[in-house]
Amino acid sequence: MQLDDLYRRVIMDHYKSPHNSGTFDDGAVTVEMNNPTCGDTISLQLLVKEGIIERAKFKGEGCSISIASASMMTDAVKGKKFEEALQIAQDFSAMMTGSDPEFEYEDIQALSGVTKFPARIKCATLSWNAMKKGIELSENKQ
Amino acid sequence: MIGSHIRSLFPILDQQMNGHPLVYLDSAATSQKPIQVIEAIKHYYEYDNSNVHRGVHSLGTRATDAYEGAREKLSRFINSESPKQIIFTRGTTTSINLVASSYGRSVCGPGDEIVITPMEHHSNLIPWQQVALATGATLKYIPLRPDGTILLSDVEATISSNTKIVSVTHVSNVLGVINPIKEIAAIAHKYGAKIVVDGAQSTPHMKVDVQDLDCDFYALSGHKMCGPTGIGALYGKKSLLDQMEPIEFGGEMIDYVHLQSSTWKEAPAKFEGGTPIIAGAIGLGAAIEFLEDIGLDEIEKHDRELATYAFNRLSEIEELKIYGPIVNRTSLVTFNLGDIHPHDVSTVLDAEGVAIRAGHHCCQPLMRWLQVSATARASFYLYNTEEDIDRLVGSLLKTKEYFGHAIR
Repeated sequence: MQLDDLYRRVIMDHYKSPHNSGTFDDGAVTVEMNNPTCGDTISLQLLVKEGIIERAKFKGEGCSISIASASMMTDAVKGKKFEEALQIAQDFSAMMTGSDPEFEYEDIQALSGVTKFPARIKCATLSWNAMKKGIELSENKQ
Repeated sequence: MIGSHIRSLFPILDQQMNGHPLVYLDSAATSQKPIQVIEAIKHYYEYDNSNVHRGVHSLGTRATDAYEGAREKLSRFINSESPKQIIFTRGTTTSINLVASSYGRSVCGPGDEIVITPMEHHSNLIPWQQVALATGATLKYIPLRPDGTILLSDVEATISSNTKIVSVTHVSNVLGVINPIKEIAAIAHKYGAKIVVDGAQSTPHMKVDVQDLDCDFYALSGHKMCGPTGIGALYGKKSLLDQMEPIEFGGEMIDYVHLQSSTWKEAPAKFEGGTPIIAGAIGLGAAIEFLEDIGLDEIEKHDRELATYAFNRLSEIEELKIYGPIVNRTSLVTFNLGDIHPHDVSTVLDAEGVAIRAGHHCCQPLMRWLQVSATARASFYLYNTEEDIDRLVGSLLKTKEYFGHAIR
């Protein structure tokens, strides 16, 4: 068990200075999610226009893995159509179960080490589940 | 110290974890099991397994004697007036739910009050929320002092003549504080209320005497006191158990069954419908014998000394914050290490072979009161030693170093 497999530099960089942290003034779809087994929370906002996520921002309480994952996710889905964003989420889930998909936003690959720490997978997937929920809410609104 | 002598009786502790000797500091979640308990369960399945209270055959008698023998041991262990006042359940959660669903719903109505504290485990909080929602009663909280303790003057100020039930944990699973149950019970009784005690964290670590405490109900879990999972108990005063209706119906709890109605056996049978947790009860009986052989006073002394040692050693670590009071504390220390999230602390410790708990410990309201989203907790039991705590401290220093470098 190598800690450096989990805590790679790129993950720590995202954790230390999360990208897309904060909230939009108005016009965003908001999803609140938590991980009831450990108390991690995320409030994710998606600015959506015509089936495209223009931007995403988040506020969260959580460990390095959950914050870094949210930071990467909000970068990765920026400007993506819903189906593209959902495909990235699906690839992320596949990576969490041991597959080795490629990501256009390469930082995400660093989270593959989480699979060696099964107790931490839920930390990594929280923000991705919030994003999927956000798309669902947007689609229901239309 | 009993720790090192006892350790060899727990086979699970003799292993390497992630390249280091395992240090198990999560006994408040569940304790490890001594060989005596494992053997008792094995022996039951190899020689005595049969259903209880039913058959006429000899195996059935043997199983029944062993099961009822375990009830007698537990009755003696907590000084119940009679084994008939011990109901076997799945654990503390089921025990409290039984009191809440049966007794709570029958005595509470609009205008009545149920009094608890903000330090309760969800299992001694949500059942009462549900009773309040169903009956129109109000759920009130005894406030905590800044150090996490309860003052009797606050108990007195919260309980009123409208209070029907007071339900308090004996020992907090986060703060480690021992609550003054006997005194709270006296105040509750003065106002005509009944007191329910969550004994999940106390029974493993100290001599509990339900008659001396004068509690009306006492709930406990076997798996936290060296017994197997899936077995626990509810103690209740006889007059209360007599007036309570069962909440589960089925085999073995009945007296007469007619086409449209039925009558129940007396307690405890009326609360134990279906085939009970026979092997679990026998395992718990073996655990009780094990603990009594060592002596509860010895165990309490050991666990308190370890908690104090841990409190002092952890206090030496810069940026480490401990929650709860230093006085009147037993068996655990809850903390945060700077702004490193407890999950990250726990993962780094795990890599060093040190198992602790991280999260909200099923105490979300208490986490809000502490103004944290999660904490780390190291908890101790009779097999732990000062050396284990030294390993914890060493690993925490490594965690600081690792995250210091990793973040920079």
